[in-house]
Amino acid sequence: MSLPEIPEKAGQPGRRWVNVLLGGGLAASVVSFLYPAIRYIIPPAVAESTSRSVVAAKADELKRNTGKIFKFGSKPGLLVRTSDGEYRALSAVCTHLNCTVQYRDDIHQIWCACHNGLYDLDGRNVSGPPPRPLEVFEVHVQGEDVVVTRKA
Amino acid sequence: MSGLYRNALAWLDERFGAGSVEEFLRHKVIPIHRHSIWYYFGGMTLFLFIVQVLTGILLLLYYRPTPNDAFESVQYMMTQVRFGWLIRSVHSWSANLMIFTAFVHMFSVYFLKAYRKPRELTWVSGMLLLFIVMGFGFSGYLLPWNTLAFFATKVGTEMAGSVPLVGKWMLIFLRGGEEVTGATLTRFFGFHVAVLPGLATTLLAIHLMLVQQLGMSTPPAVEKAIAEGSEPRRIMPFFPNFLLRDMIGWYAALGALGALAAIFPWELGAKADPFAAAPAGIRPEWYFLFMFQTLKYLPSKVLFIDGELLGIFGFSAAALVWVAVPFLDRRIGFSRATRFFTGAGVFVIGYMMVFSWLALR
Amino acid sequence: MKTAAATLLVMMCVLGSARADSRKDSCVNCHSALEDARLLKPAQLFDGDIHHQAGLTCADCHGGNPNDDSMDAMSPAKGFRGVPKKSAVPDFCARCHSNATYMHPFNTKMRIDQLSEYLTSVHGKRLKQGDSKVAVCTDCHGVHNILAVSDTRAPVYPSNVAGTCGHCHADAAYMKEYKIPTDQVAHYQKSVHAEMLAGGDTSAPTCTTCHGNHGATPPGVKSVASVCGTCHVFFAQLFEKSPHQAAFAKMGLPGCVQCHSNHEIVRPSDSWVGTGPNSICSTCHTAGDAGLRSAQGIAHNLGRLDLAIAQADTVLDTAERAGMEVSSAKLELASANEALIKARVNVHTFLDTEVQKVTDPGLETAKKADQAGVAALQELNFRRKGLGVALITILVAIAGLYLKIRQIESKEQA
Repeated sequence: MSLPEIPEKAGQPGRRWVNVLLGGGLAASVVSFLYPAIRYIIPPAVAESTSRSVVAAKADELKRNTGKIFKFGSKPGLLVRTSDGEYRALSAVCTHLNCTVQYRDDIHQIWCACHNGLYDLDGRNVSGPPPRPLEVFEVHVQGEDVVVTRKA
Repeated sequence: MSGLYRNALAWLDERFGAGSVEEFLRHKVIPIHRHSIWYYFGGMTLFLFIVQVLTGILLLLYYRPTPNDAFESVQYMMTQVRFGWLIRSVHSWSANLMIFTAFVHMFSVYFLKAYRKPRELTWVSGMLLLFIVMGFGFSGYLLPWNTLAFFATKVGTEMAGSVPLVGKWMLIFLRGGEEVTGATLTRFFGFHVAVLPGLATTLLAIHLMLVQQLGMSTPPAVEKAIAEGSEPRRIMPFFPNFLLRDMIGWYAALGALGALAAIFPWELGAKADPFAAAPAGIRPEWYFLFMFQTLKYLPSKVLFIDGELLGIFGFSAAALVWVAVPFLDRRIGFSRATRFFTGAGVFVIGYMMVFSWLALR
Repeated sequence: MKTAAATLLVMMCVLGSARADSRKDSCVNCHSALEDARLLKPAQLFDGDIHHQAGLTCADCHGGNPNDDSMDAMSPAKGFRGVPKKSAVPDFCARCHSNATYMHPFNTKMRIDQLSEYLTSVHGKRLKQGDSKVAVCTDCHGVHNILAVSDTRAPVYPSNVAGTCGHCHADAAYMKEYKIPTDQVAHYQKSVHAEMLAGGDTSAPTCTTCHGNHGATPPGVKSVASVCGTCHVFFAQLFEKSPHQAAFAKMGLPGCVQCHSNHEIVRPSDSWVGTGPNSICSTCHTAGDAGLRSAQGIAHNLGRLDLAIAQADTVLDTAERAGMEVSSAKLELASANEALIKARVNVHTFLDTEVQKVTDPGLETAKKADQAGVAALQELNFRRKGLGVALITILVAIAGLYLKIRQIESKEQA
């Protein structure tokens, strides 16, 4: 399958231009493929966090009878250290209209500031508008870290 | 420039005997006739396979093959890794393009009867490669661990289980257990990045060696015309003429892949939830659609045989016959037998297209 | 004596409740065979009655002798009380229902103060004054086919209450002499509370929730906020501390009801605040007064945040549809929505500054989400430009290849 015939002009300069075009085109295209590949290989600044478990706090960070909001995947979680020193971890997304809940150290319950919803430390919705309990996570202390894991 | 090239070649030749390879390539010729355009498709498939290997290796640098991390790692690649979106979308688009060109290549070989003696083994190795390529598609599809992938795999492996005697064992082997779980993902990952590439490389080596050894086949009609003198025998050297043309095709394919990746990026979907109900309208990728749709049309029982089983057997038998075509279609000429095979080929293509279209409606 | 006999009867029923039906009840036996509908109906209805299921017979309320098949069973000598007059019904029922000892074996959690509550109600007071048109126990609970409150067929089941009250209160002809409105039920049906109830939430308020059931009395002006505030805690607290509390009290205006209505309580809209056409503030406040200025400020803040959220949402949607990954930005935007919800609560302080305290951080979040969306669109643009560059290099390479082929082949043919 030969290409259409076009009368050849004076030889040498024409041949050089074709080589330049070809070589240049090939080189440029190779660069346009290699550049993304090289940028890709360099790891990004943001380290990936697995969605299954996260270090919510350091072991001595939380005082008794206090709570802390931490990031779990793309949603907020609530870590509570009870007066007995135990840890509880739950989803901090209120089941009423998705506001972020908080721990109230005066009533020892979890409270939603939007419409006065209340949950107990097991996540059960005890009063106010929330229709369902909060999702409960598992908490373990591993050395220095308080690790929160989604239940299997 | 050519001086450098010659020096390099001489250096390699003293050590590898590379000169003989170059000599051979120099003498490789391509027959030129009205059907020569189909000769490009084998090389195109090979090129796309290389694209898959390269992008696949890059994806391996970030992908994690466990149910807890698979989806998140792909999401990470699409959003955080620089050009991750490009590598991933190119890999997904190129996979589909490769399967398409593989089918075109296979059908063009079929209709141009390039499988006749002495090229029977080239055909067999090529058919095995086609099956491996579809296996690549099936195993790779699960890896992003999204809803579509999960349920498509579930349905696909379920069909394997309906084969009598060995079906149950096959299902457990494929799934790594009774159900589609993380074990399935690990297994499919192993198939996709180790087992299938190994098999493919071996068969590819055999396939390419045979092609180089036996040269390019000329279709019977053209050969007849040349013998009768009504058409001159025209050839083109592979290197550099045909190769340059090949490269135009490959560059065009690269351009198409880049455009597809940038304008129609591959979807991320939602993370698979094994306990959720299957969404409506689950179907496999397009290259499995015609089989999927056929199984849907078969009644649940034909006489005493389970309908799905009949379908699976039917397709397996058809595949076997297809692989054996070079040994069945011996009397290549313009006999009725030959025309029968051509007709059968047209029927197969028509069937695949009609049923795929039906599945998409 | 009667108590002892009744208790004995009850114990026999409790122990052998399956045999309740087989106990002789001449009243039902006789009345079921009668043709007069008025006498037949009670016998027919009584089968489904909760008292019957507890093992009581006609005689337990009406007196008489259920073992006697003759008309003698209904002699006053045997204790027959007949049909009580309407004004005597509350006492008639209270004979058992206000007796703790009697009621305890049937239901330990049952209240026994219904009569004393009733006597404080408008119905009870008017009954004592001789008005026989008011509701008594049987008007709401039915008679002879009384069902438990938790039974969905009962006239006092939460979703049926409005209909039961409306039986009289929505009847304009019946209520003519009382000169009170009869459109409450109609208004209530349009309310968000009725919507909740129809949706299956039986904790949603109905007539009795705010008015009381046995002690039914409309809440006075001063107690409206407490009634609403039982559920709407924050709003009541904020209102109490707000300038409206004192002002309303001085003018004798009924707190929440003034703006939200009493029966036709609909979903509030941001347009109620401020100076727009739907504004409620403008009904009292006039142009130039401090209150209206505050209202304008509140409306402005709410509107600003609402707009910012909508804008960010649009941008993010566009980016998402173009194939960009913006799920985390969308989640951030949800907290801006949270701020808007809280701001609407703070409206009840009626102070612009308080509302702004909540809307300002919300605006920040919405702005950030908007920026994320814009960045995604810019990245999309960058990708397309990058693609363009790559395509140009590819086209140049292809052109070079093409020309090279031509060059080689024209040389060959020469």
